[in-house]
Amino acid sequence: MSVPILEVESLSTEIQLSRSVVHAVGDVSFSIGEGETLGLVGESGCGKSITGLSIMRLLPNGGHITSGAIRLAGRELVKLKEREMRSVRGNEVAMVFQDSMTSLNPTMPIGRQISEQIRRHRSVTKKEALRQAADSLSLVGFPRSDERLGDYPHQFSGGQRQRIMIAIALSCEPKLLIADEPTTALDVTIQAQILGLLDDLKERLGMAVLLVTHDMGVVAGRADRVNVMYAGRIVETAPTVELFRHMHHPYTQALLASIPLLSQDRAERLFSIPGIPPDLTTPPPGCRFAPRCSRATDRCREEEPTLQPTEVDGHLFACWHPVDGPAARIVAPDPGKLATPAPEAPSAPPAGSEGAAAAGSPAPVRPPAARVAAAEPDQGVPLLVIDSAVRAYPVKSGILQRTVATVKAVSDVSFSVERGETFGLVGESGCGKTTLGKLIVGLEKLDAGRVALRGTDISKLSARELRSFRRDLQMMFQDPIASLDPRMRVGAILREPMRVQGVGTAASQRAVITDLLSEVGLPATAIERFPHEFSGGQRQRIGLARALTLNPQVVVADEPVSALDVSIRSQVLNLMKRLQQVHSLTYVVISHDLAVVKYLSDRIGVMYLGKLVEVGSVDDVYRRPVHHYTAGLIATAPEPDPTIEKSKRKVAIKGELPSPINPPSGCRFRTRCPAAQELCAEQEPPMRAFHDGHLAACHFPLQEPMRPADKEAQTASV
Amino acid sequence: MTVSSSVGELADEASIDPGVFLPDAGEVQGPKATWRLAARSFRDNRLAVVGTGILVFFFLFCFVGPLIYHTNQISTNIANAYYPPSAKHLLGTDGNGFDELGRIMVGGQAALEIGLFSSFIATVLGTLVGAVAGLLGGVVDAILMRIVDVLLSVPLLFVILIIGDRFSNATVLSLSLIIGSFSWLVSARLVRGEVLSLRERDFIFASRTMGASRHHLIYKHLIPNALGVVIVNITFQVADAINLLAILGFLGYGLQYPQVSWGDMLSGALNYLPDGYWWVVYPVGICLVLVVMACNFVGDALRDTVDVRLRRR
Repeated sequence: MSVPILEVESLSTEIQLSRSVVHAVGDVSFSIGEGETLGLVGESGCGKSITGLSIMRLLPNGGHITSGAIRLAGRELVKLKEREMRSVRGNEVAMVFQDSMTSLNPTMPIGRQISEQIRRHRSVTKKEALRQAADSLSLVGFPRSDERLGDYPHQFSGGQRQRIMIAIALSCEPKLLIADEPTTALDVTIQAQILGLLDDLKERLGMAVLLVTHDMGVVAGRADRVNVMYAGRIVETAPTVELFRHMHHPYTQALLASIPLLSQDRAERLFSIPGIPPDLTTPPPGCRFAPRCSRATDRCREEEPTLQPTEVDGHLFACWHPVDGPAARIVAPDPGKLATPAPEAPSAPPAGSEGAAAAGSPAPVRPPAARVAAAEPDQGVPLLVIDSAVRAYPVKSGILQRTVATVKAVSDVSFSVERGETFGLVGESGCGKTTLGKLIVGLEKLDAGRVALRGTDISKLSARELRSFRRDLQMMFQDPIASLDPRMRVGAILREPMRVQGVGTAASQRAVITDLLSEVGLPATAIERFPHEFSGGQRQRIGLARALTLNPQVVVADEPVSALDVSIRSQVLNLMKRLQQVHSLTYVVISHDLAVVKYLSDRIGVMYLGKLVEVGSVDDVYRRPVHHYTAGLIATAPEPDPTIEKSKRKVAIKGELPSPINPPSGCRFRTRCPAAQELCAEQEPPMRAFHDGHLAACHFPLQEPMRPADKEAQTASV
Repeated sequence: MTVSSSVGELADEASIDPGVFLPDAGEVQGPKATWRLAARSFRDNRLAVVGTGILVFFFLFCFVGPLIYHTNQISTNIANAYYPPSAKHLLGTDGNGFDELGRIMVGGQAALEIGLFSSFIATVLGTLVGAVAGLLGGVVDAILMRIVDVLLSVPLLFVILIIGDRFSNATVLSLSLIIGSFSWLVSARLVRGEVLSLRERDFIFASRTMGASRHHLIYKHLIPNALGVVIVNITFQVADAINLLAILGFLGYGLQYPQVSWGDMLSGALNYLPDGYWWVVYPVGICLVLVVMACNFVGDALRDTVDVRLRRR
């Protein structure tokens, strides 16, 4: 064990509200040694960020440390005067926040922002400070950093801004770096780059890092030890591998079990923790997890467990009824299902497509609705066809607002979705997946191509025809706050679709609403409530219920769970799957989270900069990716498994997304592709078939394409 | 646990193993009724309570006061001019021999009536123009907003003075119309901005995927959500109108005699301040300041209260 740089001892922090006190952090102790990364994980509101802010003594209004000690290299921080603390902040302890847009001053060139920080703590000249600023910029990976000192924050991308934030944090070579969700706002490819950078710098500078995150995948790969927080308490602490392999706290176990894995069997229901975390203004008297814990007894509800050691050094947990090791990945809905083997063999039968997955598992689970519904004849036409869809936004400039360029949001995308199927769309932000989703439900107008539902081109419909067609095309939104009208009660929100479409009488509408509410697991009393009275997960359930009121055939779900906490996420995912079966829905799921898309989808389309680069069945795309972008995305998606995460050290996709105004010539991915050659810049790769229904656009694919004869047969069928 | 049991029943109907059902979404942790929350946050704001108190007082003072405190506000009596405060005339008399306290009551009636009525006109007009411009966008928006820009760049006072000169026998109604028709500009901009941001919210998209008409969007979503800003704006507009009225009165373009507003009273009295007739200036001036200030207090508090997004949990 190295010398502890930071020691936190029974820290308690409270936040005084106008009428109540939030006991945000209670009796938290931990220490971080030199060159060590401590992961602090937990769901939102568990007190992990407040712990970080307590160390910086930068608590929000009304927040104060009530007891405990924080020692930085032996020096007590809690009792320091504000003036003394100022010389510690940024100098000995530095912090990187989630939102780099609001953390940087938009009116100041970045060189000055970094050098000011240096000059605040070191007596150096302006010139010398600027030189040091350039040094720290090159440290975080900016080539020709001295040329960029005069640039303003808006001239950088999100990933670059996060690098600048790190450069500012590191400019005074702090002993401790607190990274509060440093990559949550970033794409997976950029996330991998930033995390790699943090790791690299930690080793080079010998810092201690406190990595605050909600993402178990991030800590799995980067932390040496992990503290799991729940409702203001540390419930378990252990070295990373030990924690993931032999956790003892039921919350740790449940949290891990509720994350969909890339290797997850789609037929399995995800584990989910019932209910929502407790209100920290009135925390429950006993174990704070007891109300949601399946193992809770009367003792748990009355007496709060304290951290107790295990036989493994440094592994402590606070539970009266500990578990041992991870939960089996299967949550058995019925006894017969227990027999299903958890992991599927990595080399599935080459037959591909959905059939393979079902054939591969010996004990067939309930067949996915896809196959049940596929039995209904659809006149040979797929339910939803997107054919060469194009959407470009004009970029206007000058006094006359002339169009100077276009943002090619969606360029020539084609795919089809069968009835009862779930089609997943993945890609980095800005790849056009949301625009495509809006095109499907008719919220955006196509510039070219067509979107056809049951063979009818919806862009050719008159306004009146489209209105009734919309019943079959509904959307579920990402933001559970913005998607519900704050001035409407839930009853009115759910009634709105029926009123707009003129469906049913008041009584029958009410019956539908009551049914839907119980179906999505909300109490009937919810009807009279306003959206702000619900938690995020509950709001997302309301959003799903609203999408279902008209009994649609297709639901486009745009990042349905991205705004939710892990334990809530699995509840909503399970709900979506169940409702799909009950209502024989067809989903188009849009997400940047590969595990979520994989868990929900039967087939997947990968988008890059407005283009569909690969499309195929889930197993084809994940096990045998053809396009280098797909392979890179899969490799960078963080998985909550330390062995997998620690083994992938090299950054799979370099660089950042080019501008969609001037996409690269030829293959749009070529600027970031490891296999790019001259041909890629000259010619746009055509979509080629690699398997039954598995297509990709790449000149130098990772798999051998099908023989031309097969290919012709294939293209004919598509 | 009525919920889970009803979920269970549903499960059976759908002939699906109840074990597959996920547990209920947890209790709704919501606080009390919304209006009660709003009232609480309003009460928390001391200035708002003070402001409301002042406004209530002045309404009673101006409209109920004359019923209790009888004075002659019709016939002048020069012999009574400029009596200092006494038991007979609590605030003395003015240059025409009117009882000053009674005069303030009458003048306040006009001020409050014009303030409310003109801000009503301004709000209706402004909301309509703003909502149409914001929702339709494009050419309509451009034209309407340019009109607003042009009108905003015309010195309002001059225009009102010129109009006031033309219609020299101003009444409560005509002054309200003139002030109202020139003060809708700010609320139009405000509502347009609100509608522009609301238009891009997900719940509007959700409503559009249901096939909602423009009419539905405006009446069910945009107006209810923009109402907060509008209500807040009304209070500020009342304050502005009362001030403007006072300025007009002071410049001599006030109400036709024997009608009177606070501005007219100030204008007539200010000349006599050097003579020591403080009671014809300060009381009415203080009333004016108090009412305008109270309107602003209430407006500030309403802004915090009405906005659901700012509401504490």
